Amino acid sequence: MQNVNWVSLSVFLVLFAFITWLGFAAAKWRQGDLDQLHEWGLGGRRFGTVVTWFLVGGDLYTAYTFIAVPALAFGAGAIAFFAVPYTIVIYPILFLAFPRLWNVCSKHRYITAADFVRGRFGNRWLALAVAITGIVATMPYIALQLVGIQVVVGALGISGTGLAADLPLIIAFVILAAFTYSSGLRAPASIAIVKDILIYVTAFAAVIVIPIELGGFGKIFAAVPAQKLLLAVPGPNTTGAYSAYATLALGSALALFLYPHSLTGILSASSGHAIRRNAAMLPGYSFMLGLLALVGFFAIAAGVSTLPEYAAGFKQFGNNFAVPALFLHSFPPWFVGFAFAAIGIGALVPAAIMSIAASNLYTRNIHREFLNKTPTDRQEAQIAKWVSLIVKLGALVFILFVPTQYAIQLQLLGGIWIIQTLPAVLLGAYTRWFNDWALLVGWAAGSIAGTAMAIAANLTPTFPVAIAGHTFPGYTALYTVVLNLLLTVVLTPVFNMMRAGQAPVDETAAADYFS
Amino acid sequence: MNNTHNQPGKWSWWYLLFVIQFVVVLWPPFYNFAEPYWLGIPFFYWYQLLWVLIGAVFTAIVYFATDK
Repeated sequence: MQNVNWVSLSVFLVLFAFITWLGFAAAKWRQGDLDQLHEWGLGGRRFGTVVTWFLVGGDLYTAYTFIAVPALAFGAGAIAFFAVPYTIVIYPILFLAFPRLWNVCSKHRYITAADFVRGRFGNRWLALAVAITGIVATMPYIALQLVGIQVVVGALGISGTGLAADLPLIIAFVILAAFTYSSGLRAPASIAIVKDILIYVTAFAAVIVIPIELGGFGKIFAAVPAQKLLLAVPGPNTTGAYSAYATLALGSALALFLYPHSLTGILSASSGHAIRRNAAMLPGYSFMLGLLALVGFFAIAAGVSTLPEYAAGFKQFGNNFAVPALFLHSFPPWFVGFAFAAIGIGALVPAAIMSIAASNLYTRNIHREFLNKTPTDRQEAQIAKWVSLIVKLGALVFILFVPTQYAIQLQLLGGIWIIQTLPAVLLGAYTRWFNDWALLVGWAAGSIAGTAMAIAANLTPTFPVAIAGHTFPGYTALYTVVLNLLLTVVLTPVFNMMRAGQAPVDETAAADYFS
Repeated sequence: MNNTHNQPGKWSWWYLLFVIQFVVVLWPPFYNFAEPYWLGIPFFYWYQLLWVLIGAVFTAIVYFATDK
């Protein structure tokens, strides 16, 4: 512990203590009966436009985003900026499709995407597939939030051997688990407000102060190597980096709102109206994310990777250390503590929402569907609270004992899996035309093909599809969801003909999708 | 707050603004250049950041136009 900066650490700890208190106090906020799942797991669907803005923003722009996007810009250059078109195309999707989903879920008291699929298509195996996909895709995502905490704790100079090395992470997670258990979704919703203020201040300080220190944007971009400054222009017979860039942006945007934690954030809004208003207001975060991607270039210009004092950090955390190293290099110690607290707290908010979302899925679509069909409200909420603890413990064990690289690769695969629920969930909000078994076959084919393609591409996100001598490198998730959809469309009439009796009942009515 | 608004499932011509937004940012040949620089920032970067702001304005326009 010889390199600890006590000023930074003190600021960091004070802010952490504050949000811990806030997390527990949140149980009393807009008080409801926390023995009901929709109160614990959706905050009673009472959050207005502003709280939803903070909650969804806190949910989507995670600590990992703040570390990984600049790290990618630092390491790979312009391709990292796909995060910007990605956030631009998210919001029209949110605006158009999700008020429909909110309306139908609110009317039928659905809490998860799988609840909706169960009601819409009347097939519990399809609902199970959606639920399991959601849980499996969320787990590595929670683990990655821990990486964010690990990096900033390491950058604060806290080190040790054996258990002592992991102690800060364990403490952070005990706090997280305790306030999520006691306050449910109200805890991350209230902490998200603090987190966003910290992150905004940090981001603006970074994009104003650091360029001044480095002598302006002109000098910064002059320091970026030419091959990192722009996308590589594709050669003949390939769409090269262009198609990779565009499909990464579009595929990530389509996958994003299928993640259970996004849907939990959206369903907790008080009206479809609040969601539409948010679609216009959330780009405030996109702009910040774009600015943060530029921070990766600041790190190149500042040359932090060549400074001896940060060599150990880069060795341990790789490019993920670029942002912490730059902050240590550029900011006074008290502000370093502030900025690192922003990143650390930024990890707790999504991790809490993700664990709540995963436990809602287990409770509703696995436990209630297959184990205990008639739980009381109290039992149902209690199961969800326990499962949220188990989910977080699983993520903690994972990050302590499995190399970080696996969490990153699993999160990549998670994106490919979760997008396979698009036909049932997102298109299902518009049409009941699809056959339920065709959807299930399409889901399975997309998941298997996606996994195989990702492995064939050495667990990188893009796969070079070759057709008639032309190569189209693109995001595997997007390619495989197209395959999934084609298969579903082709198989729907086939399965409809094979069905002996009546098709299962759609318990939703057309009017349920409107307010 | 009024609760009597359009059915969100219906097509509106205002949604074309969303289509424009998709096309201009998902077609890299439109913006994969360094020139012209603005405040020392290459075109590639400031163009996309500018579209974040325009996209927000478009979404707000669609919100008000379809929210009767």
